[in-house]
Parts: sequence; C-alpha cells; structure tokens
Amino acid sequence: MCLAVPARIVELHDSTATISVDGILRDVDVSLIEEPRLGDYVLIHAGFAIHRWEQSDVDELQAIRAASDLREITT
Amino acid sequence: MKALIANIEETARRVDRDLKFMEVCGTHTMAAFRSGLRQLLPDNVRLVSGPGCPVCVTDPAYMDAAIELCRRPGVTVATFGDLVRVPGAESSLERERASGANVRIVYSPSDALVIARENPSQHVVFLGVGFETTAPTVAWAIFRAAQDGLRNFSVLCAHKTMPRAMDALVRDQAVRIDGFICPGHVSVITGAQMYRFICQQYRIPCVVSGFEAWDILKSVGMLLRQIAEGRAEVENEYSRSVSEYGNRAAQQLMHEVFEPRDDAWRGIGIIPGSGLGIREKYARFDAAKVLGVTFHEAHVNPLCRCGSVLRGLSTPLDCRLFGRPCSPTHPVGPCMVSSEGVCAAYYKYERMAA
Repeated sequence: MCLAVPARIVELHDSTATISVDGILRDVDVSLIEEPRLGDYVLIHAGFAIHRWEQSDVDELQAIRAASDLREITT
Repeated sequence: MKALIANIEETARRVDRDLKFMEVCGTHTMAAFRSGLRQLLPDNVRLVSGPGCPVCVTDPAYMDAAIELCRRPGVTVATFGDLVRVPGAESSLERERASGANVRIVYSPSDALVIARENPSQHVVFLGVGFETTAPTVAWAIFRAAQDGLRNFSVLCAHKTMPRAMDALVRDQAVRIDGFICPGHVSVITGAQMYRFICQQYRIPCVVSGFEAWDILKSVGMLLRQIAEGRAEVENEYSRSVSEYGNRAAQQLMHEVFEPRDDAWRGIGIIPGSGLGIREKYARFDAAKVLGVTFHEAHVNPLCRCGSVLRGLSTPLDCRLFGRPCSPTHPVGPCMVSSEGVCAAYYKYERMAA
C-alpha cells in the first residue's frame, strides 16, 4: 500500500500539477512539498507529491535499476 | 551486483552466527520475493516479514463496520482498491458492490472529496487505512473538507503508525530480531530519525531501504556491517527519498487532524499509542461518530497463524491452512488477503518449493 513512484511535473497549476509517469499523465496535489517547479521529479503516493527528487536522485535510480538485474547472478 | 553479493557473503562469514532481519513494509516483502533476491542471501541470514502491510493488520471488526456502512441507504463508501477483497465475517466490499451497494474505488483521498461534492445527496465515507505514508493524504482530505464546509464527507479511521508496533515487536521476548530494514516510504514522511530509539534502547541496527533489489541487498549488507563492527545505528540507504527529519508539512497536517490512540492490529492485538484517531476539532468528519458505527468482535479462525507470521515467528509454510483452504482467491487470514501480505507472497513465489 505504501507504493510510491517517481514522476516528472509537466504542468503546474495552483496547488496541483500534471505529472507524467512513463508518458501517462495525471493530476496530483503538490501542497505537501515546498515550491514545486516545472520539470521537477517528485515521488507520488495516493495522488500526492510527498517528496522532491534532485537530478542526482533520478540518475541514481537509473544506475540502480541497471544494476538490479539479477539475471546475471541467477542464470 | 556480483561484487555487492560477494561483499555480503564475506561480512556474513565474519559475523558467523544466524541472523534474522525483519522488513517492516509490505512493498519490501513483495520486492524481495519478486526479484528472487532471498535466494541470494548467505545461509546464516534470514529475511522475515513484519506487520508492514496495512491491509493485513486492519482489524476484521473494521471491515465488518465498513461493510455495514456500505449497505446503508444514502451512504457511499470510497476506498483504495486494496481493501475491497478483504473478507469480513460474512461478506466483502467487492461482494456488496456486486449486489448494488455504493462502493467506489479511488486512487486518492482527494477523489473521495470530488465524489462527495458531485453527490450532495450521498454521504461519502472514505476508508482511512494505511501507515504514515498515507495518513497525511487523508488528513489533507479532512482538513480540506473542513475548510470547504463539506457536510457529506467523513472518514472511518484506522490509520496506524510504525514506531509503537516495532517497539512491541522488540519487547516480545519470543521475537528475536537482529536488524530492521525500515520502511522507505513511511520514512519519507517521518524521517530516518524515527528509528533512533530502537538502536539506542535495544541496540538493534536499522537501515532505511529503497525498493529495488539492489537497495534491499545493499541494506542487508549495511546491517551485516553494523553487526560485524558492533554498531547499532540508523543508516539511510534510501537517501534519494528519505531525509533525517522527513516531510514537515505532511507531519504538521497529520498532527493537526489526528492524535495517537491505542489500536488493534489484526493477529497481534492492541498496541498502545499505535493508531491515529481524528481529533475532536474535526469530529464532524469522523464516520464512527457521525454515523454511529459500532465495532463488534470478529471471528478469527483459531488455526490461522497470521499472528505468528506477522511477528516473524513462523513462515506461512508452517500453517496448516496455507494453500488449502487458504489461498488468494479464498483467503482465511489477513496475510493472504492483500497482494502485499506475506502469505500471498509465499503462495505466489514459494509454493512450489514447499
């Protein structure tokens, strides 16, 4: 239930934003994070942005996902 | 990845005793099973699942109350999808919906507010279930409803918080835990500092972990290193999302709307101070009060071992009900109900090995 996914803000409204997760657009509430900006990566849970990522965090996830392929170990 | 695993194996050899690490988050449980990383752990390191799935630990009396509510004329129950299949004493929200009851699955508590605004003749009850990750979003809905003067919205509140539950686990003499893999997204809200008391009072190392296979393996390695070096500290493997003190705005909102209360955990019992109740100031949004909900003690199958599984004392394979009759399509116990429950994970990924 505590699933949260990173998504990019593609439009900013008042206290809401349109975010893109793998190209799928959705409106979420951004009132729980400070000064959301267009292009920010945010962590989304239950329709709310709960944390803002820096670009280095996005890069880190990409590197981890590349390293997390267990097939190199198990095959 | 190979280097990481080699490092874990080397540190585990140095420790040279059996170790039990507990992950206290259903999403970690699923990630660990799905990725297959459990098979990569050294022989003396065992990963057990704690009471980290909110659906699993929700008291059956709560589900019966929700089912009773959705049968009332003029009431719409709005809920996250996770809860609709959870069996009550004689029905589920899914079954009630098929029979015509107003049960709406929503993605966000804010969607429940929209339903309330669009249906002024209906009273919309949102089922407030979840840990610190989710509670602020429900607090937001209540706060917003109060601001807007919404009169046909309330929350049936069963939110729970992690620290007292983890405290109860380590105080339980039967449960011997050598390290905690702490819930990543709970910690986004609370901050990593929340677990410091476990290290200080009980000398048990804690690592806040992300959700990729790499994150979890790295966290296991960090726990092992702490043990090898005789340390018990809170370390943060998931620093891309978790800070020391968490999301202050979310914490303030939770504090504004909710207050701690004693709460019943399915399979464990009452844990003092482990739940969140709606403050008196927002009592008009407390469904239990405004709709006069009563909670009756629910029947639990005495053979079900979920209580022991949720404390890391048994695995689902130790349960006589596992597989037959208890399965994801006919769950008997709470850990089989949710896709994040440990019995459901065993059923999906380890049944063939049994």
